[in-house]
Amino acid sequence: MNKKIGYLIAFAIALAAPFIGYPVFLSKLLCFALFACAFNLLIGFTGLLSFGHAAFFGAAGYVAGNALKNWGLPFELGLLAGVAAGALIGLVMGALAIRRQGIYFSMITLALAQMVYFGALRAGEFTGGEDGLQGVPRGRLLGAVDLSNDTALYFVVLGICVLAFALIVRTVHSPFGQVLKAIKENEPRAVSLGYDVDKYKLLAFVLSAALAGLAGATKTVILGFETLTDVHWTMSGLVILMTLVGGMGTLAGPMLGAIIIIALENKLGDWGTLLAQVSGIEWFNTIGEAVNMVVGLIFIICVLLFRRGIIGEFIALAGKKKPV
Amino acid sequence: MEIFGYPLPMIMSQLLLGLVNGSFYAMLSLGLAVIFGLLNVINFSHGALYMMGAFLAWMGIEYWGLNYWAMLILAPLMVGVFGIVIEKTMLRHLYKLDHLYGLLLTFGITLLVEGVFRSFYGVSGQPFQVPEALAGATDLGFMVMPNYRGWVVVASLVVCLSTWFVIEKTKLGAYLRAGTENPKLVEAFGINVPLMVTLTYGFGVALAGFAGVLAAPIIQVQPLMGQNLIIVVFAVVVIGGMGSIMGSILTGLGLGVIEGLTKVFYPEFSSTVVFLVMVVVLLLRPAGLFGKER
Repeated sequence: MNKKIGYLIAFAIALAAPFIGYPVFLSKLLCFALFACAFNLLIGFTGLLSFGHAAFFGAAGYVAGNALKNWGLPFELGLLAGVAAGALIGLVMGALAIRRQGIYFSMITLALAQMVYFGALRAGEFTGGEDGLQGVPRGRLLGAVDLSNDTALYFVVLGICVLAFALIVRTVHSPFGQVLKAIKENEPRAVSLGYDVDKYKLLAFVLSAALAGLAGATKTVILGFETLTDVHWTMSGLVILMTLVGGMGTLAGPMLGAIIIIALENKLGDWGTLLAQVSGIEWFNTIGEAVNMVVGLIFIICVLLFRRGIIGEFIALAGKKKPV
Repeated sequence: MEIFGYPLPMIMSQLLLGLVNGSFYAMLSLGLAVIFGLLNVINFSHGALYMMGAFLAWMGIEYWGLNYWAMLILAPLMVGVFGIVIEKTMLRHLYKLDHLYGLLLTFGITLLVEGVFRSFYGVSGQPFQVPEALAGATDLGFMVMPNYRGWVVVASLVVCLSTWFVIEKTKLGAYLRAGTENPKLVEAFGINVPLMVTLTYGFGVALAGFAGVLAAPIIQVQPLMGQNLIIVVFAVVVIGGMGSIMGSILTGLGLGVIEGLTKVFYPEFSSTVVFLVMVVVLLLRPAGLFGKER
């Protein structure tokens, strides 16, 4: 019951937000929220730590960008092409990575994603190399709604994200999701119960990759460009942090985490300037360029003191109050 | 003389360069394997600590008026002490949890350390002179070998093989191997396992620091020098498996050589060949060349 009220409030805020804030920034926030939720499907509900999600996010962005700019595809097919790209890379990467367990899985995904990064760096005609892919048109939704209007675009993106989130919730609560949970809790047990664990893991991996692709493709359409930043492993790290801050294995956590981290990334420079003025230490002025340093610090604090994340701590607190 | 239409000196010089890179892979993957064996932690910050070693060496020469040889000893020691502090204050609290938290913590440390160096020194490389005793080159007849590169291969081989010797053939190594198998039992025999764990981590990262000092005159000393390296080393570890010390050394050197040869024959693939080898190994021998997983 409480959950439903929470979602309604969040949805109401999301509906009102573009009239208060800057719609393009808000749309970008939604994309990262979706990206983090997609990632959480693996770490939070299947127990697999992928260190390569930037590959799906970025590659889908490049494919969608090319589809809209160079192949002349409409908006919907552009996004679909991005999703397909994410799913395909996810299928290949997943099939290889699930051959090893635990920490090796993470290292393999990281290494394979680095291959995608080098590929993007080299394929200059497709990705624009160091310059990135510029001037991606937004097009029209179903040929009718002009998406060059930022507010209209925001609501379309909100629609996409709500649908994708509904899919994730449905997946988690489905029999399939229960098997994934069983694998997370005790893999040998799931095997002994007769489940083809590899098949389930692979399907979860592909689903997560496809949704990450959807997020990446949508982000490219919103901003109109795609760069190497999105395929670099720091992006994979960032999405892990978003999920960790919000709460791994909670449905709403990654969204909250994404909003916090992206807002932090955007505002850090301003806060640095403020700190420099208050404290008189010049060095704080440079903090805006050293986002990674702050991200690293948050990582350390979260892992040491705050492993359940914000929503996770909240649930734990609420759980304690209830009489057993 | 030519092989497949390529001049021999060119092949030999890439081969040497491959061996040099392979030495770094070997030292780093060896450190990762030793740490993983006892701590069950994959040390993501290995690349950042390698960078730290190189930077400390540069600072020692630039600011403190010391020479290369002093820093070759001092910088790894300082990196080792830094590692011990990390282990004592942070990593220690994560041993009982899932492995992934160790990876995430050291990932955070990587970003923090690289970020701090970056905010002071930017991303441009710092100049680092080859020490005088090793400047110049020797004509070996079939190729001209820069002395420093030869020194890197020899020094890292000596360090790697001594590590192998200590772990596999001495009593200290026996304690270490026993601790890897069953820490509780070893502790019951009166051996201070927590101390051993701390020192092992310190030693593992000191190896990374040592590799950093060796690399400083060859590779530009800059805050992000360890970023791509650590991912390649992860691939090396996946290929070799972390079960065997000698396995880590051989895999590291072997992949360096393969990478060097790829630079001659298919330069386009030189940055990804290690990952391609990893894919092939995963398909044919999922546990890794020297691995005995689970």
